[in-house]
Amino acid sequence: MTAAAPTASAAAPLYVVKPFVSRVSAARRARDKALKVLSVVFTGLGVFVLFWILGMLLVKGVSALSVDVFTKITPGPGTAGGGLANAIVGSILLTAIGMLIATPIGVLAGTYLAEYGKASKAADLVRFINDILLSAPSILIGLFVYTLLVLPFGGYSGWAGGVALAIIALPVIVRTTEDMLRLVPGQLREAGAALGAPPSIVIRHVTWRAARSGMITGVLLAMARIAGETAPLLFTALNNNFWFSPTLVGGVSNLPVTIYQFASAPYDNWQALAWAGSLIITFAILGLSVATRFILSKGN
Amino acid sequence: MSTADDAGARMSRAQRIKPSSGSDKLFELASRSAAYFVLILLAGIMISMVIGGWPAFREFGPGFLTSSVWDTQSEQYGAWPAIVGTLTTALIAMVVGVPLSLGIAIFLTQLAPGWMKKPVSTAVELLAAVPSIIYGMWGLFVFVPLFAAFVQIPVSSLTEGLPIVGTILYARSPSGLGILTAGLILAFMIVPFIASITRDMLEQIPTVLRESAYGIGCTTWEVVRYVLLPQAGVSIIGATMLGLGRALGETMAVTFVVGNANRLSASIFDPGSTIASRVANEFNEALGMQMSALIALGCILFFVTFAVLVCARLLVARVGKI
Repeated sequence: MTAAAPTASAAAPLYVVKPFVSRVSAARRARDKALKVLSVVFTGLGVFVLFWILGMLLVKGVSALSVDVFTKITPGPGTAGGGLANAIVGSILLTAIGMLIATPIGVLAGTYLAEYGKASKAADLVRFINDILLSAPSILIGLFVYTLLVLPFGGYSGWAGGVALAIIALPVIVRTTEDMLRLVPGQLREAGAALGAPPSIVIRHVTWRAARSGMITGVLLAMARIAGETAPLLFTALNNNFWFSPTLVGGVSNLPVTIYQFASAPYDNWQALAWAGSLIITFAILGLSVATRFILSKGN
Repeated sequence: MSTADDAGARMSRAQRIKPSSGSDKLFELASRSAAYFVLILLAGIMISMVIGGWPAFREFGPGFLTSSVWDTQSEQYGAWPAIVGTLTTALIAMVVGVPLSLGIAIFLTQLAPGWMKKPVSTAVELLAAVPSIIYGMWGLFVFVPLFAAFVQIPVSSLTEGLPIVGTILYARSPSGLGILTAGLILAFMIVPFIASITRDMLEQIPTVLRESAYGIGCTTWEVVRYVLLPQAGVSIIGATMLGLGRALGETMAVTFVVGNANRLSASIFDPGSTIASRVANEFNEALGMQMSALIALGCILFFVTFAVLVCARLLVARVGKI
């Protein structure tokens, strides 16, 4: 569009063909240019911030990494050395509890929406509320679980933390399960039904199987979402600097809250551990997200 | 078709003869209950916020919303500074984040060469996967010192003594922490959400519309302004409100950089607090009326974000992605 039209040849000077660009007024061109430049700059800024954050984590985190980080427990105030072993194990445990609670409920609810409820009023309402829950502030979920499981039972526990994480994971799983099941062609279900299989058998043996990779993606996405959540754990699992009790009663150490408490502490080893923890958790989550994307693109 | 055949082969004789067995009903009941559980969950959150905050609402009445006192000694609590902080940081995040997101969406759908689309999209979406505590770390240790040295100090010395501007943009102690810093960090956190929804919306617009606009000689700006934005307008507003919902409730990153001051300042360079940061900071040490006041803050946050998210969802009407 902005390419200049062929200029009049010297042999025929009877009329001069003006270059095409001049027909687009300067003001229009300037506005167009501004939009393009700003779009490129803004995109560059977004990508730059991602690499800035990752670069910061690598620079500060790698130097803080050592074998001790994975083998020793978090140090008390003013104690030298220490690691993040209890926090890493605690985080894995809390995430696992959250996923174990959220996955069955989420898959069943998603199945209801896609297979039974479909366009009914009830299903529409569930869908709408699920979408709200998807973006609900996570700190409110922490407060909710505090009044539900911490206050009545007299103290912080890993179970409360796991439940709080499950509430955050649930809407993600519901949403992706429904979306993935809807992609399964109706003929597959009809073929199952034609063999005389009741709906529940068709769903479990035909529809779920056909949508399996997509459903796993949803579960992984939910896991990536809750693995780094801090706010809902503050009032539920809290944190501590020891190995937690096997019953998970009392504070359960976990990476995000440890990072929060150690980051702005006046002890050098705490700060170094906070950076090491940040590096571990971010790359674990980004790795999970990239893996999810990979599975999804393979599935298609 | 092979999956269906497998299923047929796996079915026991009993299942084939008696199609509507008890287990079939049970499965439907289980999935229906799971779906209704989602409704119960949201209702439960709402009820627990109202009940937990009730003592504070009853004690302070409507004055709870407008009072600026937050005194644990005399047990007097007011929500005003936290409400203002929440709204101001969210507003700053929107003012900065929305143009950024639109720019990225326009770049990805209109300008980027084919090979660039996927990696740039992925990078922007990964920005959404970074945990909020990491944004807090980045904000506190990297962004805050730079912001203090290159923005707060020079701007403060420029605006000192000026009317209005000298009040809003003046840092008494240029630490880098404050409402504006929190708003800027929030902006980067909501960009991936708004940008990816807007990108999906722009991609759904039929190519014919774009091509006809280019065909009559429109520039890219004119195509975007007069064809794409009007087409996708409502859903872009929805996406923006979805981002707003996130900005209002974001906790960890804000807690790191907002400065956590209980008083209200007229300057956006000064420290403040938001509802979420106040709750995160004080809840574990709170007892009695203070705890109730904090849950009451949570209750206010719940209803504000609920209203924003309901509007957002009605406007976006189920886009492909979150």
